[in-house]
Amino acid sequence: MTATVPTGTTAPTSDVDPFSHDVLEDPLPMHAALREAGPVVFLSRYDVFALARYDDVHAALVNWQDFQSSAGVGLSNFRYEEPWRPPSLLLEADPPRHDAPRRVLQKVLGPRALRRLRDGWAADADALVDEVLSRGTSFDAVADLAATFPLRVFPDAVGIPQDGREKLLPYGDHAFNAFGPANDLVARGAPRVAELSAWVNAQCQRDVLAPTGFGADIWAASDRGDITPEQAPLVVRSLLTAGVDTTVHGISAILHSFATHPDQWRRLREEPSLARVAFDEAVRLESPVQTFFRTATTEVRIGDVVIPEGRKILMFLAAANRDPRRWADPDRFDLSRDPSGHVGFGMGIHQCVGQHVARLEAESILTALARRVSTIELDGPPVRHHNNTLRAFERLPVRVALD
Amino acid sequence: MTATSPAPAAVADAVASLRVTGKQLQADGVLTLELASPSGDRLRDWTPGSHIDLILPNGLTRQYSLCGDRWDAGSYRVGVLLEPESRGGSAYVHDQLRVGDLVGVGGPRNNFPLVPSEEYLFVAGGIGITPILPMVHQAELLGAGWRLLYGGRHRSSMAFLDELAPYGDKVLVRPQDEYGLLDLPGFLDEPRAGVRIYSCGPAPLLAAMERTCAYWPPHSLRVERFVADDAGAPARVAPFEVELARTGTTVTVTPDVTVLEALGRVGVEVLSSCRRGVCGTCEVTVLAGRPDHRDALLDDDERAADDCMYVCVSRSRDDRLVLDL
Repeated sequence: MTATVPTGTTAPTSDVDPFSHDVLEDPLPMHAALREAGPVVFLSRYDVFALARYDDVHAALVNWQDFQSSAGVGLSNFRYEEPWRPPSLLLEADPPRHDAPRRVLQKVLGPRALRRLRDGWAADADALVDEVLSRGTSFDAVADLAATFPLRVFPDAVGIPQDGREKLLPYGDHAFNAFGPANDLVARGAPRVAELSAWVNAQCQRDVLAPTGFGADIWAASDRGDITPEQAPLVVRSLLTAGVDTTVHGISAILHSFATHPDQWRRLREEPSLARVAFDEAVRLESPVQTFFRTATTEVRIGDVVIPEGRKILMFLAAANRDPRRWADPDRFDLSRDPSGHVGFGMGIHQCVGQHVARLEAESILTALARRVSTIELDGPPVRHHNNTLRAFERLPVRVALD
Repeated sequence: MTATSPAPAAVADAVASLRVTGKQLQADGVLTLELASPSGDRLRDWTPGSHIDLILPNGLTRQYSLCGDRWDAGSYRVGVLLEPESRGGSAYVHDQLRVGDLVGVGGPRNNFPLVPSEEYLFVAGGIGITPILPMVHQAELLGAGWRLLYGGRHRSSMAFLDELAPYGDKVLVRPQDEYGLLDLPGFLDEPRAGVRIYSCGPAPLLAAMERTCAYWPPHSLRVERFVADDAGAPARVAPFEVELARTGTTVTVTPDVTVLEALGRVGVEVLSSCRRGVCGTCEVTVLAGRPDHRDALLDDDERAADDCMYVCVSRSRDDRLVLDL
């Protein structure tokens, strides 16, 4: 791809590849450089504009009028390129088509709907923690907790069958890779796309879903006419795509943060109600979802730069969440900080519709751990998992001490 | 992020005070208000069918449907009919409210959302045109089939005829003094699947709609009832107390701060995100007292339960609220 800086812009240019393995291994230096370079930076390698400062990312996230999602929230521009699957009715849609699916799913996953799940998930978390600790005090926090707990409770809450649930993580991993360029990560997932997509699509059908659960609630909304019967399976698909990997990596992030900040773990044990704040602080710091794109619907002026209509804009949520212009001591994991307003879940009409589910999952597992574990520390170097959109761990060896 | 405009003395909400930027007569007895943030900020997003709670400087709260352009993030428009029996809401808006005044705003909330359909039939009576107006724009935008039957007493009392004129014969304007009562069976035709019917207007019209649609497939008809002009209790302008049940601490919330801010000042950090009553992160369980709900999340039944509130925007109707904190 040839880099062409459109005339009339004064955006500084960078040839960095945000999707290279070096950057995916440690994106923080690139985030800092992009923030310092200016409010808007032109990324010549991909011919896109990038935002990395909090104020500018926040402003773009809430401004759905000028920054559209229906041309895709990845690098691919749906105006010219065929999406790899039918676009999401939520993530890859704008008003007015976005209205009805969003309204339905927001109600299904609303904080009030989750009250029914709280006690059950707390018991499930206690049981899982007991299981893991009965096997020993050294374990991989990703495989044994972060990946296990969401896969145990969330598919049940949606109401999909037991069989095949191991396909959820690789499907989500590919979906999030597909927001980036067609690099080796996308190529690695490609051979299984047909198989995984077919399985996921099959789980979204009414007769496959349990008679109660988020899936059944979505189909009930189509019975009332709030969405169409054609939309219902795609709304269920959004849950299965965006609701698993993200939560797994969010829980990995909070466990990593505690394993590297023993004083903060002591604080949580003294004050278990900090679990909610702790999770959001970890989401701020780690930003499991690092990036999303938008497309300019008109000439958009940011600072001195005019982004032409139709151009892609890459928003670095992770860089915004560590912007020193917004956060004091941004690299510190600190339970006394108020992380409210971070953009790790996005902001505006597309803000993560499952955020309350994620918080409840994290709160459940943290509360269960804090009840039994007095200290948690790394038991070897963590290993990163590379994904074009997600910040993740492949392995997180930890050692815990029990009361 | 925080607005720095001075807190108006009579408006008990530092977050959602909007300035009246326009006031225009649209028809006999009907005017529109334009509202914008004093700091020029974006307003909360809305969808067709939404209404806002307007907290007037005289302390009364009234609900009005949004009838402007949602692509304009900087302003709201509402239509206000002067009710002959007004107890101080619409009369205040018509006679006393001026461009430049500040008003409190709750919501927007939508109890009357436009659901997806290939075909819509809209029936509006009088000021009931206000929620329908953005719906017809949206139906047009979506390329759906639609028609509107719009009734009123006289042509001169029917608002927005100029804005509807470009739609030509999709809009049937039927003032009663020219045409008599609306011919609902003639307009709706035979019951059939795949059509959504939206109606807003006076109670007799809605009753007639329900009778006429009795043999249509379930969920075909969606209506919005006018809220009686005296429904809203006066908004509270005096400080109130919030008691935190778990610690026994009591916090006084003055009109210039949100409950969220007041809690933060005594070291009780409640996690929040949007701080606009939209995302639901700052939900707190209410153990006693009646919240003054200003969020865009709870529907009417959930509001009436008074068992939770979003402390970033919602306040108190009583002297004291007890929260599970």
